[in-house]
Amino acid sequence: MDELYRDQILEHYKRPHNFGHLDDADLEFEDTNPFCGDEQHVTIKLDGGDRVEAIAFEGKGCAISTAATSLLTDELVGMSREELLRLPKDFVLELLGIEISATRMKCAMLGLKIVKSASIGQPAEWEDEGEAGDPSEAVADLGQS
Amino acid sequence: MEPATAKSSFPLEKVRAAFPALEREVHGQPVAYLDSGASAQRVLASIQAVDRYERRHHSNVHRGSHTLSAEATEAYEGARATVADHIGAGDRREVVFVRNATEAINLVAHAWGAANVGAGDRILLTEMEHHSNIVPWQQLAERAGAEIDWAPIDDEGLLDMGAFAALLERGPKLVAVTHVSNVLGTENPLAEISRLAHAAGALVLADGAQAAPKLGLDMDELGVDFYAITGHKLYGPTGIGALWGRLELLRALPPFLGGGSMIRKVTRDGTTYADVPARFEAGTPAIAQAIGMASALRWLDALGMDAVLEHERQVADYALERLPEVPGLRIFGPPRGAERIGPVSFEIEGVHAHDVSEILDRHGVAVRAGHHCAQILMDRLGVSATARASFGVYTTTEEIDRLVEGLHDARKVFAL
Repeated sequence: MDELYRDQILEHYKRPHNFGHLDDADLEFEDTNPFCGDEQHVTIKLDGGDRVEAIAFEGKGCAISTAATSLLTDELVGMSREELLRLPKDFVLELLGIEISATRMKCAMLGLKIVKSASIGQPAEWEDEGEAGDPSEAVADLGQS
Repeated sequence: MEPATAKSSFPLEKVRAAFPALEREVHGQPVAYLDSGASAQRVLASIQAVDRYERRHHSNVHRGSHTLSAEATEAYEGARATVADHIGAGDRREVVFVRNATEAINLVAHAWGAANVGAGDRILLTEMEHHSNIVPWQQLAERAGAEIDWAPIDDEGLLDMGAFAALLERGPKLVAVTHVSNVLGTENPLAEISRLAHAAGALVLADGAQAAPKLGLDMDELGVDFYAITGHKLYGPTGIGALWGRLELLRALPPFLGGGSMIRKVTRDGTTYADVPARFEAGTPAIAQAIGMASALRWLDALGMDAVLEHERQVADYALERLPEVPGLRIFGPPRGAERIGPVSFEIEGVHAHDVSEILDRHGVAVRAGHHCAQILMDRLGVSATARASFGVYTTTEEIDRLVEGLHDARKVFAL
């Protein structure tokens, strides 16, 4: 029963990494889990070029959404915007390392979706469930922005 | 604590036997379905009525003179009469079948709104409305250039009647208010609201989605002008609801959707429209669902709405008594009393509502977590989500005990 709420998840929920706000951010985005209204706000500072130098997130959320974004943001420093956009959903699911039901997928993917939206400066077109709308397709938008 | 069956004449066992879904197990335990405020389980009589109609009597209504069409029409119009009777409407023509309460409100916002709301006019809503009683008015305000005012609630979750009266002085065209809050369980004093609103020259639309399953209704007593209900919260099917409107008001309204059934005569030069309620029922309606809704209402009427209310109050009061045993639990809405009927929303410090509902589900306890389509209210309460246990005619105090046990477990899982 406690597979979903194993120690690593609860630890990241209670003490999320990279929690806060970067005042000198180059990229930022905020979005809502439409299922419940939970919000997260991501701020990203670039290294002068195109790569992530620092990242922070804030907001209210459940154990899954908070832990997912906490784990995710630990991995992103040094990545280019294009690399952010190419991150697959599995990247987050593997970090979480637990089975995520369809109803909780929106919780798990909220942070990744916001990171991608931040990197293109607009909401990333992307279905949370199923194969449709691979987020890497958003790379095409990067050239236009 | 004694189970409700021991101290009440309410035929709880018989009632539960009338709901096949309650035989379900979830994660190896009998489901404790505490989400009736979102959608109630289906009563067998209604399932069977739909089945009987589909098997033997189906045809289009108001179309042919053949036997099946006549039977379908009789059943559909009979369903309208049942709804009218159940809600204490004076005339069955005042009942318009729609998809749900949301569509009922949209119908008024479009048909009444187009004819009566212009630039600078005001609509008065409350902070405790469901999105279905907010968004249609915001859309109308945008179309017409009208303004929306928000009547505040006090810290207990009751409508602030002083502030409400003050906002009426701005001369709104319409007051749109929920009869019972889907989050707080507050029962608003609808008759008084209607009296004050009418004195200020405003019409009143009430969202009765949560109230209708719990209260005996009488449109005259409530004094409202429009009232919206939905079938699936009344133990009937989805896809069916009803708008009640005062006859002379409905008759003065232009149509909502255009199409078949709602016309008197169509020519190349234009169309004249049917009288109410047909004017608002374009296209083939949800015939089977209307019959299913009426069957559920007859089942409720046989049980008696006084008995239903007493049972619901008992269950809600028991929940309000037991939930505070859980450390760190905060209940939203008024305390036990005359002004509270309906769902109990709460949060537990340190466990998000989503996680509460996920852990409860593993105990076979179904509750809803989220903003409950009431983000204005969530904002007022200073939360983004709550967990909500909502009850029905079949809810037992033993199920509330299981809810409380599950909540203790949720704290344990989160090492609190």
